Amino acid sequence: MNRMQPSVESPQAIADSDALAVERTLAGERDAFRVLVERHSQNVFRLAYRMTGNQHDAEEIVQEAFLRAYQKLGQFAARANFGTWVYRIAANYAIDRLRQRQKEESRREQPSAESKDGMQDDPMSRVADEAPTPERLTQSMELRKQMEQALAALSHAERTAFVMRHWEGCGIEEIAAVLESNSSAAKNTVFRAVQKLRQALQPLVGTRAQARAMGTEP
Amino acid sequence: MKHMTEEELIAYREGLAEGHTAISEHLAGCEQCRAEFERLEAVLAALDTLPVPDPGADYGRRVWQQIAPRLPEKRQRWWQAWIEPRRLAALGAVAALIIAAFLAGRYTKHGGQSDNVASREQVRERILIVAVGEHLGHSERMLVELSNAEPSNPAQKEVNISAEQHRAEDLLEENRLYRQTALQEGDTGLASVLDDLERVLLDVAHSPDEVTPKQLEAIRQKIEARGILFKVRVVSKELQQRQEATQPAPEQTSSTKKEGKV
Repeated sequence: MNRMQPSVESPQAIADSDALAVERTLAGERDAFRVLVERHSQNVFRLAYRMTGNQHDAEEIVQEAFLRAYQKLGQFAARANFGTWVYRIAANYAIDRLRQRQKEESRREQPSAESKDGMQDDPMSRVADEAPTPERLTQSMELRKQMEQALAALSHAERTAFVMRHWEGCGIEEIAAVLESNSSAAKNTVFRAVQKLRQALQPLVGTRAQARAMGTEP
Repeated sequence: MKHMTEEELIAYREGLAEGHTAISEHLAGCEQCRAEFERLEAVLAALDTLPVPDPGADYGRRVWQQIAPRLPEKRQRWWQAWIEPRRLAALGAVAALIIAAFLAGRYTKHGGQSDNVASREQVRERILIVAVGEHLGHSERMLVELSNAEPSNPAQKEVNISAEQHRAEDLLEENRLYRQTALQEGDTGLASVLDDLERVLLDVAHSPDEVTPKQLEAIRQKIEARGILFKVRVVSKELQQRQEATQPAPEQTSSTKKEGKV
């Protein structure tokens, strides 16, 4: 198997190897696409999971992204980076998936008051405690829940922009292409996302020193 | 001292700030801004602890196993796209047009050489006019139907435009070929209208099968903004007039010829 390990390869070697795999796939060698799938699946999964917060959705996005990439491979410019390109396809599909999910949820006539784990979802638990006790703050599960809720409260564009910039280190032009906007608007979307997250989480997190003490800082 | 705005701090943290060094220097000397930056850092650092499930080292292999059966055995080459039934139909229409024009020109012989050439060109033009006229008629009908599309069931929130979408795809192929032919013939006016029409057809062909009323309204607005229906009607009318003008004068029937001879 012509599988290459990203950890030991230089970015240029990966790009060259990707370009060769693209060329061979375009020449009709279907199995050459396998190299690209095996090399980039983990990264695409990470992006998809951070955008949706759901493993099942993330796995579906990964498959769909590669299927679409295969179908559109003829449109892929040889000079471009395959990893970046498939990332963009995945981000676009993730946005569609989020919209679809939102639509499905809004169609539900009687929203259940129960959360996924069957526990009663207390609306007050979504409100940040003004004076959280250290004990409560140290409960990382609670903080995690709050962070997931804060991310879920972002608009699709804000979440996409934040994930792509903060976690995936994508360039603003790339984010703008996914959001179908210009660079300035994409930058503003990143700002807005961070401001909202900060507003929701700062009362829980406090300062960096506190975060370090709580063990929520890596 | 002028303190940093939240936006500037976010831009600095996310590597989007211009003047990175100046901000670093400011933060080193300004306690208030540094404290503010630390609060921002704490939130982002906490978010960084959110776990992402590890799909496993063999995840890439599993993805391949899942998608491989759904991939066609061989990728379609660029020329294979041209033998798709839809494209073949469009190509067939234009091929028929060219053959008809050639044969009509070959067997229409009047008087001398120059008359013969002029007549051939007239016939060729007439055939193109008729074919493009029909194409514009079909396009106009599709666009009118799309503009009047409504949900089949009032309870439905989305409108199914898949029929119009498929027709737009078919018309798109024909349109490209007619536009190229019009350009080759030097008919820039017709080529320009076909170019406008192509953009609208492209929008429709690339729309989802089911659209929300808002999306449908956006498509309608695009059609209206380009004034494409009006242009199509004007050109259709012009083509009709040209068709009448290029129509050969009615020949004498054999009976009238005989009568004349008598």
